[in-house]
Amino acid sequence: MLRDAAAIALACGVVGASFGAVALAAGLPIPAIVAMSTLVFAGGSQFMAVGLIAAGSPLAAVFAGLLLNARHLPFGLALGDTLGQRWRDRLLGSHLMTDESTAFALAQPDPAGRRRVFWLTGIPIFLAWNIGTVLGVLLATRVGDPTRLGVDAAFPAGLLALLLPSLRSAETRRVALVGAAVALVATPLLPAGLPVLLALAGLGVLLLPRPRREPAC
Amino acid sequence: MLIAVILALALGTYAFRLAGVVLRDRLVLPDEVSRLLPMAAATLLAALAATAALTEAGAFAGVARPVGVLVGAVLAWRRAPFVVVVVAAAGTAALLRLLGVP
Repeated sequence: MLRDAAAIALACGVVGASFGAVALAAGLPIPAIVAMSTLVFAGGSQFMAVGLIAAGSPLAAVFAGLLLNARHLPFGLALGDTLGQRWRDRLLGSHLMTDESTAFALAQPDPAGRRRVFWLTGIPIFLAWNIGTVLGVLLATRVGDPTRLGVDAAFPAGLLALLLPSLRSAETRRVALVGAAVALVATPLLPAGLPVLLALAGLGVLLLPRPRREPAC
Repeated sequence: MLIAVILALALGTYAFRLAGVVLRDRLVLPDEVSRLLPMAAATLLAALAATAALTEAGAFAGVARPVGVLVGAVLAWRRAPFVVVVVAAAGTAALLRLLGVP
């Protein structure tokens, strides 16, 4: 268990470092980058926000980021008894809630195990994410022009890597692919930020009649 | 402006997190909503990845970047570690640019 926690924290540190580098390349001031990792502490929405802020649409950044993080509400419902009744634990634990710490905790069979594993993964992930962000910023300030190093290609590739586990569900994959196509077609036509939000139209796929044979994965 | 964006995102995100923990006895999300939220998240991220990979300021982003992303995507699909995906994507794009590919 400790080995798993260390491995996941290390992985989060690396993603955090790439966030720091990407955010700096996008032109965000360093204090803003560090504040984002500490205060928001939700990787996907941070990448999303940086992308949309850089594109010049801060409102879309907030809206898309919050929509992305709305999934923490059901996480909290599921974790309720794991965090217990003490307000200190609830207030602190809520901030440590991530896809990873939630998944690890809920994989435990008994409440005591869930509680222990939640903190055991949540705290290291928080530390690694923030240390990673600072290291990423420091590294990026040393290398000069980020485009020459291909940072612009690293950003979407990293997003895809984060996204792939959820795309292994056929239904999610169909919705996401249609949404991405809608966003691409809309990009030359609409102001920055809107195409990504318009991708939610992809959820309309769910209203279509289901294909007769669902693929196995 | 930037600080307002960060604070709004931070406070909103924390509210979602805490609300679930606090309301757990009083709130039952409809199954449909619990099913749709992760899908909506995946869709937004997919759209961001696609537009960031292929477009720049509303126009086509050239060749080096999409090819780099493609290399990263294939590696990610083959379950390569995150670092490998990111470094391979950046390295491919950087190498192509070094060779004069836009």
